Amino acid sequence: MAVEPRQSSTKAAALELRGIDKRFGPVHANRSISFSVAAGSIHGLIGENGAGKSTVMNIVYGFHRADSGQIFVNGQAVEIHSPQQAIAAGIGMVHQHFMLVENFTVLENVVLGVEGGALLAGGLAKARADLTQLGSDYGLDVPLDAVVGDLPVGLQQRVEILKALYRGAAILILDEPTAVLTPQEADQFFRMLARLREQGKTVLLVTHKLREIMAITDRVTVMRQGAVVAEVETKSTSPRELAEKMVGRAVLLNVEKGPAKPGVALLSVNGLEVRDDRGVARVKHADFEIRSGEIVGIAGVAGNGQSELLEALSGMRTPSRGGIMFSGYDLVAEKFDPRARRALGLAHVPEDRLRVGVVTGFAARANLILGYQDRPAFNRGWFFNDQAITADCAQKMSTYDVRPPIPDLRISAFSGGNQQKLVIAREVDCDPKVLLVGQPTRGVDIGAIEFIHRRLVALRDAGKGVLLVSVELDEILGLADRILVMAGGEIVGELTRAEATEEKIGLLMAGVKGGTHE
Amino acid sequence: MSTAKQLPRWADLILLPLVGLAAALLLSAGIIALLGESPTQAMKLMVDGAFGSQDSIGYSLFYATNFIFTGLAVAVAFHAGLFNIGGEGQAYIGGLGSGLVCLWLGNWPFWAVLPIAIAGGAGFGAAWAFLPGWLQAKRGSHIVITTIMFNFIASALMTYLLVNVLIKPGQQSPETREFASGTWMPFAHEMLARVGLNFTSTPLNFAFVLAVLASIFVWLFIWRTRWGYALRVVGQSHDAAVYAGISPARITIMAMSLSGALAGCLGLNELMGSQHRVLIDFPGGAGFVGIAVALMGRNHPLGIFLAAVLFGALYQGGSQLTFDMPRINRDMVVVIQGLVILSCGALENMFRQPLTVLIGRRSVSPARKS
Repeated sequence: MAVEPRQSSTKAAALELRGIDKRFGPVHANRSISFSVAAGSIHGLIGENGAGKSTVMNIVYGFHRADSGQIFVNGQAVEIHSPQQAIAAGIGMVHQHFMLVENFTVLENVVLGVEGGALLAGGLAKARADLTQLGSDYGLDVPLDAVVGDLPVGLQQRVEILKALYRGAAILILDEPTAVLTPQEADQFFRMLARLREQGKTVLLVTHKLREIMAITDRVTVMRQGAVVAEVETKSTSPRELAEKMVGRAVLLNVEKGPAKPGVALLSVNGLEVRDDRGVARVKHADFEIRSGEIVGIAGVAGNGQSELLEALSGMRTPSRGGIMFSGYDLVAEKFDPRARRALGLAHVPEDRLRVGVVTGFAARANLILGYQDRPAFNRGWFFNDQAITADCAQKMSTYDVRPPIPDLRISAFSGGNQQKLVIAREVDCDPKVLLVGQPTRGVDIGAIEFIHRRLVALRDAGKGVLLVSVELDEILGLADRILVMAGGEIVGELTRAEATEEKIGLLMAGVKGGTHE
Repeated sequence: MSTAKQLPRWADLILLPLVGLAAALLLSAGIIALLGESPTQAMKLMVDGAFGSQDSIGYSLFYATNFIFTGLAVAVAFHAGLFNIGGEGQAYIGGLGSGLVCLWLGNWPFWAVLPIAIAGGAGFGAAWAFLPGWLQAKRGSHIVITTIMFNFIASALMTYLLVNVLIKPGQQSPETREFASGTWMPFAHEMLARVGLNFTSTPLNFAFVLAVLASIFVWLFIWRTRWGYALRVVGQSHDAAVYAGISPARITIMAMSLSGALAGCLGLNELMGSQHRVLIDFPGGAGFVGIAVALMGRNHPLGIFLAAVLFGALYQGGSQLTFDMPRINRDMVVVIQGLVILSCGALENMFRQPLTVLIGRRSVSPARKS
């Protein structure tokens, strides 16, 4: 392999990709990707889900092998076929889902894999000294002897970064790093990135959040459908322009909606307590109601009880205390299961689409009767009415603009956005009184987000109640008429849309006002 | 992201098992050659022994009947995400159910006894599978462990019953008295004779028809009813089932009971059709062969039917082989069966990859156009 030291005139590129091409069978995940990341800069890589960002990163980090193309680190061509080689080349990666051993201490986690000898003691002592130095150099203070599982997520993320730096990373790849942070934690995180940049490290920030790109990056590369479609100076662009480049057409970042006309209370929750499988109370106390004609948003950092609340409301989890009044019944006391709740008009779009909302091995049409398989419309005597099921699926596919409109296609063959449209079609089309929605646009492309948001607003305008649980603050602020903030398993605040600001919600999310943040 | 290319359905269902079978036969040929016999001669003898005459066809299909019932049993449980290894014990206890009915209702007309005997076999088999199902659903005891244990319990229980309780008085071998001839399954040769067709006398009997009906029933149940749908949802995703309001515990118990009921029908063929008494170890491993049959038949009733016929033929052709080739004994047949299981089950992915590439290369251009 010819080594070709290519110094650019201004600053040497810390990382440069040339013509990276990768196919997975018929899927052309990366089409001749070329971009370079200047040393000592923060570079953004943005694109919708499925645009090929993850594939690029996985190639750079050695998880996948490119079909063709070259990677240069500091002007040197490198062959990276494994994460070990990536680390040797000075590349570190922080995954969206942390790769930490929860019951190990910070120190133990950092040295994991680079213990440097058969006996731990020597390696640990050396690591302790090195880490203290690193910590003070980069302002990354972490209690080295704390057990990782006990640390808040923000600190766990620091551990991940320390891990990469300890292994000698000069280039840090961060994959959706703020997904688990409150807005304030995210700000703190950005300050830390700026500090890393000052110290000469190079950061490649992979995200789908336009706000973050604008806030912190120097340059940004936009990907769409496996190809690089733009590379621009962050200063000279705008969120709208970036969004258009990502999607390939003009998009509405915020759905237009009129004022809410809240009516009668449809669903009321009284003193609800919900425990998880291990018996830990995840929802400690919840009291609220959902009225007709309004969208109630539940904001909060992931893991503060929203998921369990949603599960309890939908009937997937039995609350340990409290009641849920709906349609004149106490759903808890009457022990109504999800099917019975659907029959009463309580539909549910679950947070985790692929694990809960659909059966990935089934065709689209079989998924569109999930939870409704007993309905007379879908059955003829003992047997399914196949024609009716297929016709119903085809009709929903056309109403909800699902592509491709093939009822017999496996659900896993659809894009995330189309899968979600199918789930929404299933849950909305049966005319529920209240719709519970969890993370409706997670893993969904911008085009479909717009469509889904419009549907939710239309449902509200039709006089239904909507409970929206989302960790995307933008989504809550864009859709909700009333916002409840959850922290530490409790509803720590309620704001009308008019009085809600990102700042206020962020403080509540962090448990500042009377909350017990863990 | 890594959407691995998939085999077309026809190749997955038909070609892949055939390639596996061919590989297994090739390996077997090699072993036969090592034993100093001619592989071509051996294969010829086997095929001849399995399908060469009315006699051999009758025997092949008779064995296949057992394997259809046990194969369907494994498949039903499998669709619910359960690995029922207890087919052997369920067939054993189920046979007791059918046997008791035949012993007690010996002077009833056959068509009156038949439904009760089916209910007895299916009921006893279902009950024997219900217990592990219940333990799994309510107590979390793993079905693989419990069903294996229940095979041993069934065996011990049957030995006790046959030695101490049901044994025909005044004889040495632990078996019941013969069923009254009115309760015997009509033989195929008898039924065919009635419509004027000549067929050699073999143990092939009406239970074969019942096995075919059971296959159709399983197909309808699994893919055409809401209960089968619920069962498949549980098998594919526990969380999606809970979300849909389907109780995984209830489905687990139902699927195991149905699975046991199907295995329990083995006695209809083996006992009512051929042995005409309840005897020690009459399932003879058919419960385990059922696992291989379901595996090779892709848990689809049609595939199971074909795989069962194949295994029936192997069983029958293999016995023929041991007659004619002295250096090959009964165990060789087991070796061949084992190789079929190995290559159709365990080594499947070894063939899948090259086949996918091969077929993909051939059909890429027309597929692209659409």
